Parts: sequence; structure tokens; C-alpha cells
Amino acid sequence: MPSTIELKQETEVKVESIPAHVPIVKIDKLNVYSKGTHILKDVSTVIPKNKITVLLGPSGCGKTTLLKCLNRLTDLYPDLKINGSIKIDGEDIFDAGRDITTIRQKMGLLLQRPYPLPMSIYDNIAYGLKLKGIRKKKIVNAKVEKHLKEVALWDEVKDRLKTSAQRLSIGQQQRLCLARGLAVEPEIILADEPSSALDPISSKVIDEEFLRLKSDYTIILVTHSLRQAKRLGDNIIFMYYGEIVESGPAEQVFENPQSKILQEYLRVGH
Amino acid sequence: MILSRKLKDSISSKWMLACLSFCLLLPLAIGSGLVLKSLPLLQSHSLKELIFSEDWFPSDNQFGFWPFIVTSVWVTVLALIISIPLCLLSSIYLTQFAPKWVLKFMRPVIDILAGIPSVVYGVWGLLVIVPLVGDKIAPLFHQDSLGYSLLAGAIVLAVMSIPYILNMLLEVFRQIPVELGEASLSLGATKWETIKHIFIRKGSSGILSAFGLGFSKALGETIAVLMVIGNVPQIPQSMFDSGYTLPGLIANNYGEMMSIPSYDSALMFGALLLFVIIVIINIIFRYIIYKSELI
Repeated sequence: MPSTIELKQETEVKVESIPAHVPIVKIDKLNVYSKGTHILKDVSTVIPKNKITVLLGPSGCGKTTLLKCLNRLTDLYPDLKINGSIKIDGEDIFDAGRDITTIRQKMGLLLQRPYPLPMSIYDNIAYGLKLKGIRKKKIVNAKVEKHLKEVALWDEVKDRLKTSAQRLSIGQQQRLCLARGLAVEPEIILADEPSSALDPISSKVIDEEFLRLKSDYTIILVTHSLRQAKRLGDNIIFMYYGEIVESGPAEQVFENPQSKILQEYLRVGH
Repeated sequence: MILSRKLKDSISSKWMLACLSFCLLLPLAIGSGLVLKSLPLLQSHSLKELIFSEDWFPSDNQFGFWPFIVTSVWVTVLALIISIPLCLLSSIYLTQFAPKWVLKFMRPVIDILAGIPSVVYGVWGLLVIVPLVGDKIAPLFHQDSLGYSLLAGAIVLAVMSIPYILNMLLEVFRQIPVELGEASLSLGATKWETIKHIFIRKGSSGILSAFGLGFSKALGETIAVLMVIGNVPQIPQSMFDSGYTLPGLIANNYGEMMSIPSYDSALMFGALLLFVIIVIINIIFRYIIYKSELI
């Protein structure tokens, strides 16, 4: 009980100070260690709802690790030691009692390269639905169609839904992976350099999807491409060697960088 | 200088082609050799009689191979029924759940298991498995058995095939990208659901070839099975009965009893049967693998 009241108060305060920037994720003093290396150092930040938040920074600065902490894929790596807290909708995901599968279903994940599940196009989307207990054929059919349309893939695949997803082009596969993530109706989309393996046209399609999807979803996008960050980002978090160096609304961060390292990154990136 | 490099270049691929052709011709040569050698028997007996007759009386010129075929296939299938679940579950545990050092520790253990000569497995079967089957397992099923039985052969074969099948399965599961698991988990699957629906499916063709190879190896295994299966040319009525496998028949009798006419030819025909069964099994597995890759 007390926690909901606390959350309510917090939310109200935020709404008052910065309207329309309702936080959906709150990260507090997150530290990640792997065999003696300190990968994330005291990371604290807030991710606003219905915005595209870009995690920007050079390779190996901890962006992907931070992303994987959010849906606890870090559980797969027993070498990682994690402390601190991540609250999503006010609930700490590291609480021992939390059911990890429901936490993960709040987030759709898009990786650097598409990894379609070894099944048909249709089943790739139906898989997540079945895990949620949705088995009625009519509902599943409708949802498959809806989400394939959502990523502009429906027209290209509607005649071969039962064929293997591996046969799609890589750009189509990536859109399928996005659709499969959307099908479980997440609140957040986690995207780890989703267009780095794609040709310019497919990657533009993905970018446009993100701009369209942000009215319904919160998007957290990892990238080291300045151009993509500028094109898509509402909110920028710039990381360097496991620390958040600078963060804030995109215009502010790009127009008026405070730290030397970000100034350098912006200059070289051009 | 350039000329010699070009020359070497063109020769090198020819050499490789020659080696490949040799490998391809080998089974062909063996197959045709076996056919040639068994021709005398085939001329005096019909193929149907040879394969499906149960009467094995070489001195009366009766050569029915059916008991040997049944025993060979049965003991192999039984062995795989024992070893496949063991290997599948161990390989999943080792690659998905166990700490890395356990896998590192298991590799040499598997190599050692694979390196033990089959006669040693045979002795172990003779001393441990035969009495175990005769005194403990058969009474459980209210059966009388001396222990020299299909089951004893199958257990020994199962243990022998474990290192081969396990090794291949480990490779199959190791090659599945971590990201595929991450994708499934992020959709809300549990680890077990991910293994069941994604990993096993992704690895299905590799898993099937592991089973296929295990089958071929087990079918051809000679000495260890010969030591524990009793070597009675009969169609076993249960897994506690004795039997006689095709490889056992050949190994036990070749070079002996050559005074009996067509005996030599009959044994060669047995080898040909073994060869044909392995080819058929391989084709069946190839077909299933091909089908599974379409999904």
C-alpha cells in the first residue's frame, strides 16, 4: 500500500514540474560488475513516457548492458553482479518476488540483427500471444494481421504466412521481429542498434516506424550513430565508460553540450 | 614465378578433387565387392527366402537372415531409446544451465568414454550388465533370463553411443545464438519454454543427424554386443531373450566352417544386408532432416 501512495505523489510532482514527461522507467544508482570490471557506474536516470530516448555513446560504453538490465536479460550471464534499482511503473524489477516473464512482456526487444524464431512468419507473432495464454484462432489471426500491418509488412507476406521466417530478407526479418515484440503489447520498446545491419532503405523504414510508434509506446534506442540519434531522439542519454556523462532533451544536449567528451563526439561525428 | 604459382594453384584443386572422389568411390567399391562375393548365394537362393526366412541351418544349405536382421535392428533401437533422452537432457543441461567449468570438465570425460575400446565395454557388460539383467531386472518383469539378452546388449550399446551422440548434441546447442534465446525470453517465455519451442526446433536437423549417426554406429557395433547378447540365431520374443546380430554373426564365423558350401558367400551377404540397412536408415534420416529444415 505505501508504495502506491509514494508513486502517486512522485508522479504528481513530476507532472507539475515538467508536464507531458511522465517517467515510465526510473533507474537509481545502478552498478554492474563483471569479473572485476565495473561496467555501469552509479547510473541514475529517468526515462519519459511516449518519447524516444536515445542511449548514445561509443562502442563498449555500457549502453547495451544498460538496455539488457531493463528486462533482466542480464540474468543469463551469471558473471554479472548488479546492484541498485530499476523501477518500471513504480515497481522494482529486481524484487525477488517479481515474475520475470510479466516484466519482460512489458518490453519488446529489437536486437542488432534480426533473430526470427525458427518457425513460420505467422507463428513468430503467435508465439508471444500463446505465451500470454491467447489461443483462440480468431483473436490470434486478427492480432497477427494487425501487428504485421503496424510494421508495414502485411502486404509483403500475407500470401505466405505459413512459410519459414528465415526466408524473408533481412530488412523484412527485422520488421517481423518488431511486430513480434509489439504483439505482446508492451509499454516499452528496447532497441539495440536495430538498423545497424540493415540497408539504408530498410533502416529508414524502421526509423519511420519508431516515429509513428512513439505515440503508443516508450522507445529506448541504443545507437552510436549521431545521425540516427538526431533524427529520432527526443531525449538523449550520453554515456562514456559506463557513466552517464550528459542527459536531457535532444535540443539541449546537441545544441549546448556541457562536457568536453560530448563536444568531441559531436564534432568528430559530423 | 607467376607461372609456378598458377600451376600450383591449378594442381592443388585437382588433388583435392582426387581425394574427394576416392572418398566417394569407397562406399561404392565396398558395396559392389559385397554384391560380387554374395552372388553365389543369390544364385542358389531367392532374395525373399534369404531375407525373410527364419531357418538358419548352414549345414543344410538353409540361410534365413530374418532373426539376425530383427535382433540387430531391435537391439539398436532399444539402445537409442535408452541413450537419446540421456544425451538430449545432459546436453541441454550442460549448455544452458551448468556453469562453464562443468562443460569444460565434461569434454575430456566424453573423449575418454569415446576412446575406451569396445572390448572393454564388452567385458564390463559381461561382468556387470549380464548378471544385473538376469538376477535383478528380468525378475522385476516376471521373466526368466540368463542375462545374455537384447536388453544387456542394448544397455552396453547405449553407454557406448553416449559419447558420440552427446558430443554432437553439445555442438548443436552451442551453435544456437544467444540472441535467439534472448528474443524468446523477452517475449515472456520461461527458460524451459525457450528450450522446448526454440532451441530444440532450431537444432532439430543437427539433433536428428546426431541420432542418425548414433543409429549407424550402434547397428555396426560388433564385439561388445557379441559378448553379452547370447548369440542364438532366433527371433527374440522379448528383450530378455538372447539374439544374434549381423555383425556378430560375421565376426564369429568368418574364416571358420568354410567347409560348408556357400557359407563364405552367406556371410558376405550378411555384410551386404548390414550395408543396405545403414544406407536405408541414412536416407530416411536425410529425408526427415530435409523436411525439418523446410520449417
